[in-house]
Amino acid sequence: MTVSPAIDSALFEKVEQLKPFIGNTPLFPIKNMTNNPNVVIYAKLEWMQLGGSVKARPAHNIIREAVLSGELHQGRTLLDATSGNTGIAYATIAASIGIPITIVLPENASNERITILKSLGAELVLTSKFDATDGAQKKARALKNEDPDKYFYADQYANEANWKAHYNNTSQEILYQTKSSITHFVAGLGTTGTFIGTSRGLRELNPTIHFISLQPETALHGLEGWKHLETAKVPEIYDNDIADINLKISTGEAYETIKQASKKEGLILSPSSAANLVGAIKVANSLKSGVVVTIFPDNGDKYSEVLTQIFK
Amino acid sequence: MSKIIIPTPLRKFTNQTATIQTNGTTVQAAIEELATKFPDLKQHLFDQSGTIRSFIRIFVGDDDIQSLEKEATKVSQHTIISIVPAIAGG
Repeated sequence: MTVSPAIDSALFEKVEQLKPFIGNTPLFPIKNMTNNPNVVIYAKLEWMQLGGSVKARPAHNIIREAVLSGELHQGRTLLDATSGNTGIAYATIAASIGIPITIVLPENASNERITILKSLGAELVLTSKFDATDGAQKKARALKNEDPDKYFYADQYANEANWKAHYNNTSQEILYQTKSSITHFVAGLGTTGTFIGTSRGLRELNPTIHFISLQPETALHGLEGWKHLETAKVPEIYDNDIADINLKISTGEAYETIKQASKKEGLILSPSSAANLVGAIKVANSLKSGVVVTIFPDNGDKYSEVLTQIFK
Repeated sequence: MSKIIIPTPLRKFTNQTATIQTNGTTVQAAIEELATKFPDLKQHLFDQSGTIRSFIRIFVGDDDIQSLEKEATKVSQHTIISIVPAIAGG
């Protein structure tokens, strides 16, 4: 690839060197959670990459595209609002390539997330716990407006490089790993990048695949990372025409599935991974036969408060 | 009488009202009064048995009610009750 002189080529080289550690996650067969032998469920174990969550993919692609466009270079600070995982992915990459980073997140983020972000050298700006991630977005935008030269505002909710990370990579990995046998793709909506990008990519590769998006059942929920679109700020990258069906998942179902998956599959899941598994099981139980693929964004490592409540 | 702070995601169901005064003397009673005034909130706050959903974080002042007397925590005239939403999206 020819790199334009306006681009910080030394920084770009560092970003490229991280590529082998992004994506290419294993596809895990869920064997003991359904009774239908004619349906197979697979889950991408997304915590098995740099930064420990699915957010490694969009974070790396957002940074890569920003360096390529000249918007991010040595001397600029990476800025974004996040519920935690994207911030951890950004901070991991930023530490490796040597750029400063400012993360805006609600003050009720778990202690584990705040400790990890601080350990990685991120500057944290905490916003009101009452305004959720929407409030953090507003603050991040205000910081950018106050000092536009200081920051590259990544804006993961509107950045095309978010969903394109999944469009270009996750979808192709799934097709390859299932030997093109996938019939249904199921995933929850947060920034919506995972669902929109993976679905767009898979649909182009095989138009017969069905796409099922998942949302929390109620406005208040315990599925950290998910958005109840009816009552939240809808991300600009969301496309209402992608999903064939939208299912609602309750926090209670997800918490019960955390228990079941630990005993039956040996996986200690995060609430959002468990909620994706609930959705995949519901889809599997509605089919005569098929191959259902879902995403496990992260494992339970950063959710000690939830796990303590579930396993008490 | 206590004051309840309504989080942004729930204001769609309270005509964008951000705070409300209630007469309940416990957290449970205050939240029930809130749901009576704005019935569309009921499904978001209570399970089918009428108990406040277990994953909803409620604070009295700066304290999580889980570290106090949970839903039975007493509230008085100047108490501020906060309902805190989950951290959503990325």
